[in-house]
Amino acid sequence: MIRTMFTIAAIALGASIAVADQDPVAARRALMKANGDEAKIGVAMMKGETPFDLAKAQKMFATFEDAAQKMPALFPETSKTGGDTAARLEIWQNMDDFRARFDKFAVDAEAAKVSVKDLDSFKAAFNAIGKNDCGGCHEKYRVKKS
Amino acid sequence: MRKWLGRLAVIAAGAAIVGLAGFWFVTLPAVVTSSALPPHTPNLANGQTMFNIGGCASCHAAPNSDPDKVDRTRLGGGLALRSPFGIFYVPNISPDPKDGIGKWSEANFVTALWKGTSPRGNHLFPAFPYGSYQHMELDDLRDLFAYIKTLPPVEGRVRRHDLSFPFNLRRLVGGWKLLFLHGGPFAENPSKSPQWNRGAYLVNGPGHCAECHSPRNVLGGIIESERFAGGPTPDGEGWVPNITPAGLQHWSKEDIAWSEKEIASFLEDGINPAGDFAGGAMVEVIRNTSSLSAADRAAIAAYIVTLPPRQGPKPPPKK
Ligand code: HEC
Ligand code: HEC
Ligand code: HEC
Repeated sequence: MIRTMFTIAAIALGASIAVADQDPVAARRALMKANGDEAKIGVAMMKGETPFDLAKAQKMFATFEDAAQKMPALFPETSKTGGDTAARLEIWQNMDDFRARFDKFAVDAEAAKVSVKDLDSFKAAFNAIGKNDCGGCHEKYRVKKS
Repeated sequence: MRKWLGRLAVIAAGAAIVGLAGFWFVTLPAVVTSSALPPHTPNLANGQTMFNIGGCASCHAAPNSDPDKVDRTRLGGGLALRSPFGIFYVPNISPDPKDGIGKWSEANFVTALWKGTSPRGNHLFPAFPYGSYQHMELDDLRDLFAYIKTLPPVEGRVRRHDLSFPFNLRRLVGGWKLLFLHGGPFAENPSKSPQWNRGAYLVNGPGHCAECHSPRNVLGGIIESERFAGGPTPDGEGWVPNITPAGLQHWSKEDIAWSEKEIASFLEDGINPAGDFAGGAMVEVIRNTSSLSAADRAAIAAYIVTLPPRQGPKPPPKK
């Protein structure tokens, strides 16, 4: 049983790496979409539409941190177009800045995961990440194409 | 490009047929005189609201590589706007008497925003979105002028625009105005609520939302039948979404719908119903709309959801 699970896990892992290798656009879009899905839960809590839940908040920041660590590897030179990407060519002209933004995003998400304790600290951390990390990067490096 | 040149030739030939004299007359820049301005006590708070919804700082504040570090009160200009006609360099409109608009009269300012005419009597290029600002109320313009006068003077003139012939000819803008500059200040629709009217005014007047969210023809005029239905960004790299119900509803395919509340909230924090954060030029717009009152954002949303559903041009095939 345990062996089968390991095998499945290994196949799954291998498969996800293979996907990333073959199709960095799909992989980075999936990671970003996961960020959006988590952020949606965060927005609902921030606006008081759903009650504040520390575990959900921490899961959200953990998802952000995970994405921030995986993203920088997903922008090879070969992935400037294709897969309906919304990435701007500016990324490849400013790769250092682009990568530094993911580093900062990871640090901010990790710090929030540790420091957020209640609704007020959550709002402050989420707002700052949303505006500076998500919004700031999308302003400079993402452009909708449809 | 070929097609462009072809059409240009047609326009040039057309102008020749109309006759230079006639063209000269009908394209004379219009002005508003100071005698047309009744007494007025400026309301600086309203002027600041107009400044924010008008997005004046988005174009006229001196640029910085980090958009969050831009000082929105220093209107020294210098931003480069790329367009199919060449590059516009946004001028200094700080109250500096030498390099800005410090010496302008109120009538000069109203003329610029309503008629697109400079104090020296030249046509201004519509990259300055006066096609929308022409719908602003006189009192709002006067409050806006008074507010700009309270901002710090910034020295330094901005370089000249870098436009290709014949788009560099200011006189030709007179022809553009004949075609595309219609209508005076905003007219209320008495059958609608005050909130809807406020929204319609903010969106079509100072907010100039249609300037980005509409497709344009070869002369750079908005295609009226597709107003708000989206189109390519001026630099050609991206696509501005359709914000009529026909566009915002396509989201329902993903089981996500834009309600009035969500539009208002997007204009405050830039987060869309998918938990995604706005990007591109809209981020700058949200810097402006986030400083409006909640009532004004709600009014904009109340109007946007009532736009007639329209299909715009098709975005280029996915690649
Ligand atoms: C350092 C840059 C950067 C940061 C930080 C960032 N993003 Fe993104 N995001 C991008 C880029 C680039 C794309 C476009 C990817 C593509 O289409 O290839 C994108 C795309 C997206 C998408 C669209 C995914 C799809 O379906 O195609 C969502 C949703 C999203 N981001 C949410 C977020 C959220 C939420 C945050 C913050 C919690 C965030 N992003 C932070 C760069 C960033
Ligand atoms: C989309 C960018 C943009 C926005 C937004 C914008 N402007 Fe401008 N503005 C320009 C450009 C470009 C010019 C230069 C036009 C020309 O040279 O003919 C200009 C010119 C002007 C002028 C004439 C300056 C001169 O020296 O002749 C005034 C006055 C002015 N703008 C005021 C404003 C005010 C007030 C607002 C906000 C309500 C505003 N602008 C918003 C781009 C913009
Ligand atoms: C300077 C150009 C510009 C102006 C002016 C502008 N927008 Fe936008 N808008 C955009 C762009 C570009 C996007 C796509 C944002 C992205 O890439 O995330 C957008 C997105 C939107 C969206 C989300 C639509 C969707 O399907 O994602 C709404 C709603 C919207 N704008 C409303 C407005 C309103 C209301 C105004 C006027 C107050 C306005 N916009 C003015 C450029 C502009």
